[in-house]
Amino acid sequence: MDSKRRDFLKIAGLTAIAGIAAPSAFGTLLKGEANASSAPAGGHGPVAPTGKRYGMVIDVRKFTENPELANQCISACHTIHNVPDFGNKKDEIKWIWVDSYEHVFPENTQYKRPDALKGMPILTLCNHCDNPPCVRACPTKATYKKKDGIVGMDYHRCIGCRFCMAACPYGARSFNWRDPRGKDANGRPFIKEINQKYPTRMRGVVEKCNFCTERLAIGQLPACVEVATPTKALVFGDMNDPNSEISQVLKTSFTIQRNPAIGTHPSLFYII
Amino acid sequence: MIEKALKGSTGYWVWMLFLLSIMGVGGLCYVQQFNYGLGITGMSRDVTWGVYISQFTFLVGVAAGGLMLVLPYYLHNYKAFGRIVILGEFMAIAAIAMCLMFIIADLGQPMRALNVLLHPTPNSMLFWDMIVLNGYLFLNVLCGWVVLQSEYKGIKYPKWVKPFIYLSIPWAVSIHTVTAFLYCGLPGRHFWLTAILAPRFLASAFAAGPALLMIIAMILKRTTRFDVGREAQDKLVTIIGYAAMLNFFFLGCEFFVAYYSQIPGHMHTLDYLFWGLGHGDQVFNNLVPFMRASVIMGLAGIGLIFVSRAKQCDGLLVLSCLLIFIAFWIDKGLGLVLGGFVPSPMDYVTEYYPSAQEIGVTAAVWATGAFILSILYKVAISVKLEKEV
Repeated sequence: MDSKRRDFLKIAGLTAIAGIAAPSAFGTLLKGEANASSAPAGGHGPVAPTGKRYGMVIDVRKFTENPELANQCISACHTIHNVPDFGNKKDEIKWIWVDSYEHVFPENTQYKRPDALKGMPILTLCNHCDNPPCVRACPTKATYKKKDGIVGMDYHRCIGCRFCMAACPYGARSFNWRDPRGKDANGRPFIKEINQKYPTRMRGVVEKCNFCTERLAIGQLPACVEVATPTKALVFGDMNDPNSEISQVLKTSFTIQRNPAIGTHPSLFYII
Repeated sequence: MIEKALKGSTGYWVWMLFLLSIMGVGGLCYVQQFNYGLGITGMSRDVTWGVYISQFTFLVGVAAGGLMLVLPYYLHNYKAFGRIVILGEFMAIAAIAMCLMFIIADLGQPMRALNVLLHPTPNSMLFWDMIVLNGYLFLNVLCGWVVLQSEYKGIKYPKWVKPFIYLSIPWAVSIHTVTAFLYCGLPGRHFWLTAILAPRFLASAFAAGPALLMIIAMILKRTTRFDVGREAQDKLVTIIGYAAMLNFFFLGCEFFVAYYSQIPGHMHTLDYLFWGLGHGDQVFNNLVPFMRASVIMGLAGIGLIFVSRAKQCDGLLVLSCLLIFIAFWIDKGLGLVLGGFVPSPMDYVTEYYPSAQEIGVTAAVWATGAFILSILYKVAISVKLEKEV
């Protein structure tokens, strides 16, 4: 074989390898879970279904009818997940909380709107985005997206860089600024009663709602949903299953999402 | 060669002891932070990055600024930078060391820092930042040291180091580009979400880095026999002046886009930084005096730096470099990072004030950087003076 031919074959081989490897390397880089090309123009619309995708409908009307309900949901979640209460805003950790309409939907700036909307308390939590910016930002894969659409956290891998908190467009993430297992000056523990079935965290790591992935694994509903079930204020399920309750609700009701324009594809839907 | 750092005047030793004492006090602050958690700082749920990350961002620029000396000298064979180029390379080493220390200081779990290597994640810009920063540190240590050692031995530097020097040129651009990408790829943070962020970072870096170098060079001119030379000085003025002008041009572009488009998210942070942000019945403006001072000092610095050259006045040169350096330190080391968190994605305004411990740690990292820089410069200048006399 003459040297020219050998060189040619070498180059051809390398080109072929590069051709095969480059798209996949690029794909890894962009972490293309939400395949951009399959989304309709603008990238704001639905993405073609693949496997399970858990979602939640929050019917705000039901919460208005039952003013106590939201706090019951919050307390159920925070008790089960050992979420500490530091009693101040600076150190605050919250997985699910109530905020006013103006803060949950700051992009909605109607000139006039129903009086009831003014300061209306609205339950909110992690959006479990289909295209989560926090997962893109995390340098250690301590936050990751599972196949069922849930965005999870590995508290033991998190280095506490808080890049995910800067990346989250919904303020859903909290950081353990101090030891959550500790006590305040009066000897009151930050976690009132420890639930042995769920790990407590250590200081210096980020945490957030996990859609109760540990409860789903044993066939239970998320804690907040369980509390709200009698009122149907929260509907949870697989949005890719056309027969699921959530699919039916989403088909028959007009819902809104928090800041959908930025292409995150949230999995929370609100009925106002 | 390193033994040169162990011999010095009383002034040298007093300076080093002064730095060590700051490092000691700051070290104690860090112990406190390590034991209590990051809650000891002024950071909060809404403002999750504070002075540590903003100093880091600014210092990446100082490190990248070395490029403005390496490029003309090695790529364009601009001989006048012969004496100053080593100062640029060594300043990059000290700046990157500070960057790495600030990142470690900012981690909630510093003992887990190596998770970034154990679980490499190419979709995270922080992963790439780790690679480019450490790579740049390595390149500058290698190139700076090898070239200086050759000079020490009285020979020309070996040929094999040339590719590394050439590599360090685009690498310098990459460190500040990737650092900008940390911010400008985040949806929902309008202030950072601008394609011009990386160019603006580079422009301010190419002004602030050489400005600091010029200040140090002038101090050395006073305290030692080491003079970088008039031609190098004058050329640096051109570089600093134009880079600073570019930065303000880019800043102007930001203002135009925000205020002409009238998109609230784009205007809010600029309002907060430069005019005060009315929110509810309160006005939030704790950074306004700093940001306004930054613009005034920056523009004044640009004017004065050219006057200083025309008049060949070293005092004015130092003043103008100081103005430019402080202007860009405020712009990037304060406003850029802190401003991005105001208002929060849920439209809350939380103002941030660093705690005493946080300031202590920050001062200690700066002192450590100055300590490293002093050692490196002591060695470099001793070698240079010894060989030239």
